[in-house]
Amino acid sequence: MVEATTTQVEQSAAKPRPKRGPKGYSLRTLPGFTFVALFTMIVLYAPISILVIFSFNEGDSLAIWEGFSLQWYAKAAANEQVQEAAIRSLYLAFIASTIGTIAATMAALATTRTRRFTGKTMIYALINQPLMVPEIVTAVALLIVFAAIKVATGHNSMIYLIVAHTAFCIPFAYLPIRARLETMDNSLETAARDLYASAWQTFRMVTLPNMWPGIIAGMMLSFVISLDTVVITEFVKSAGQDTLPTYMLGQLRRVVTPEVNAISTVILFSGAILVALFFRLTQRKG
Amino acid sequence: MADTHAYRSGELEQEAELADTRQRWLLSLPAVVIIMLFAAGPLLVMVVYSFLTPGDFGNVKWEFSLDGWKNTLVQRDIFDDTLMWADAHLSIFWRSFSLSVITTVLTLIFGLPTAWFIATQPPGRREIWLFLVTVPFWSNLLVRTIAIQELIRNEGVINLVLLKIGIITEPIQMMFTDFAIAFGMTYVYLPLMVLPIYAAIEKLDFRLVEAAHDLYASRMAAFWQVILPLIKPGIIAGSILVFIPSLGAYVTPRVLGGGKNLMFGNLIELQFGAGRNWPLGAALSLMLMAAVMVALIYYVRVTSREKADG
Repeated sequence: MVEATTTQVEQSAAKPRPKRGPKGYSLRTLPGFTFVALFTMIVLYAPISILVIFSFNEGDSLAIWEGFSLQWYAKAAANEQVQEAAIRSLYLAFIASTIGTIAATMAALATTRTRRFTGKTMIYALINQPLMVPEIVTAVALLIVFAAIKVATGHNSMIYLIVAHTAFCIPFAYLPIRARLETMDNSLETAARDLYASAWQTFRMVTLPNMWPGIIAGMMLSFVISLDTVVITEFVKSAGQDTLPTYMLGQLRRVVTPEVNAISTVILFSGAILVALFFRLTQRKG
Repeated sequence: MADTHAYRSGELEQEAELADTRQRWLLSLPAVVIIMLFAAGPLLVMVVYSFLTPGDFGNVKWEFSLDGWKNTLVQRDIFDDTLMWADAHLSIFWRSFSLSVITTVLTLIFGLPTAWFIATQPPGRREIWLFLVTVPFWSNLLVRTIAIQELIRNEGVINLVLLKIGIITEPIQMMFTDFAIAFGMTYVYLPLMVLPIYAAIEKLDFRLVEAAHDLYASRMAAFWQVILPLIKPGIIAGSILVFIPSLGAYVTPRVLGGGKNLMFGNLIELQFGAGRNWPLGAALSLMLMAAVMVALIYYVRVTSREKADG
């Protein structure tokens, strides 16, 4: 990302601004493209905007505006099922992204800035494996395995959801951490070792502070991914273990009220804040 | 052992390398074990399950059978026991494939001009536009699907507006159709098309376009004969990136397509729910995975060739 932006700047500095071609128009605009692009951007945001707007509707319609009100937020907040699902979602996302990020950090340290070693490609492929299989396939595979375990042990706690989410979080945490590590060279660590720092001291005082933004970014990304994951949760959960997304999926079978919009709006904005922070962390130069 | 040979620096080095490799494996172990147990491993268990017999109330009986795989394509007639094509499955495969192609084409039609527009903005503004395209992609997929659902319902905003203006007298049934699925998937996967094409256009050397114009190419000719071939790798990458999740889509067709317009993912779910045929569900899952793998391998080949070309 960082490299791309610098070359971008250099290019545009070296080249004059979009010049008019021999036929009197800019070479950089193509007929109709700007129109389609702006139309696309509007279409990208219109459905979400309408959803957010009607979460503030006074009536129970999703299409007829009847005045401003916060009643659907109050209803959602007072709904015990929503409360439980929300707490469960946050709890799950927190544990899964924490364990996932720790495992991913260790794996990233092991697989970056190194020569080829036996099994490096295999570790890399394994870590990225959850990204390469459709979520529904992972979900039913887990259903099969966990059903057998549940029958054998009779154990029904949240542990199944926690391990499933953790495995799914690892590749998402790994990618930004690895990207961060790849921008760091070994010279600082070598200097620390030359000055008689122990391996652990070097890691604590040089490597870790330097890779910290990557770790936080990885943790936030995997947190968002865990919050959003609906298919895996739907197939792995036992009765009474709804998260916010699976609760909403269940609600869609009934008459939909702006309460769903209110919950959606909260999810949208909390996700957007985390993603914005993620971008800031990963795009900071140096 | 090590002591007696330690003076040979070659072996010392080898030993250090081995120790380093061991340490790196140890560090990777937690991630590797978690994924082996709770992501990769279960896929292998599923291979076994696809060769078993369905249990009476879901789950499986531990008897070997090829019916799971056979039933993906053929079924036995209930009356005279003859084999015939499982038309219901074939039509779902076809729907999954054709809707994925339609989604890919639609995202390309809207995504290419969007990527072009963003890439030709001044550098400072590019990042803002790029950010605007990415934000919806990172926001909850279910929420975005719900947003589409509320829009195209019979009582939704689109129908309401059309009724008000008087273009239609009765609401258009858009929900629970193939159109709804294609529209929803186009909406949710559009950013996957924009980003790789943007990256390709950003690298495009505009002097080549200027050269084409100097040689009296029209704008359209320059686009078709110079620009398009140069950004083709980005277009192929974007197309595969959209095609893959479309083929495996589950949430969008479930919410927008309803119980009748099933796609591959919903057919799989059916076998683990009302269908009570886990071996068939496992076989279908493996088929879907294989299809996605083929697309992924093609993607890796396209993108690595692009890197090799510089």
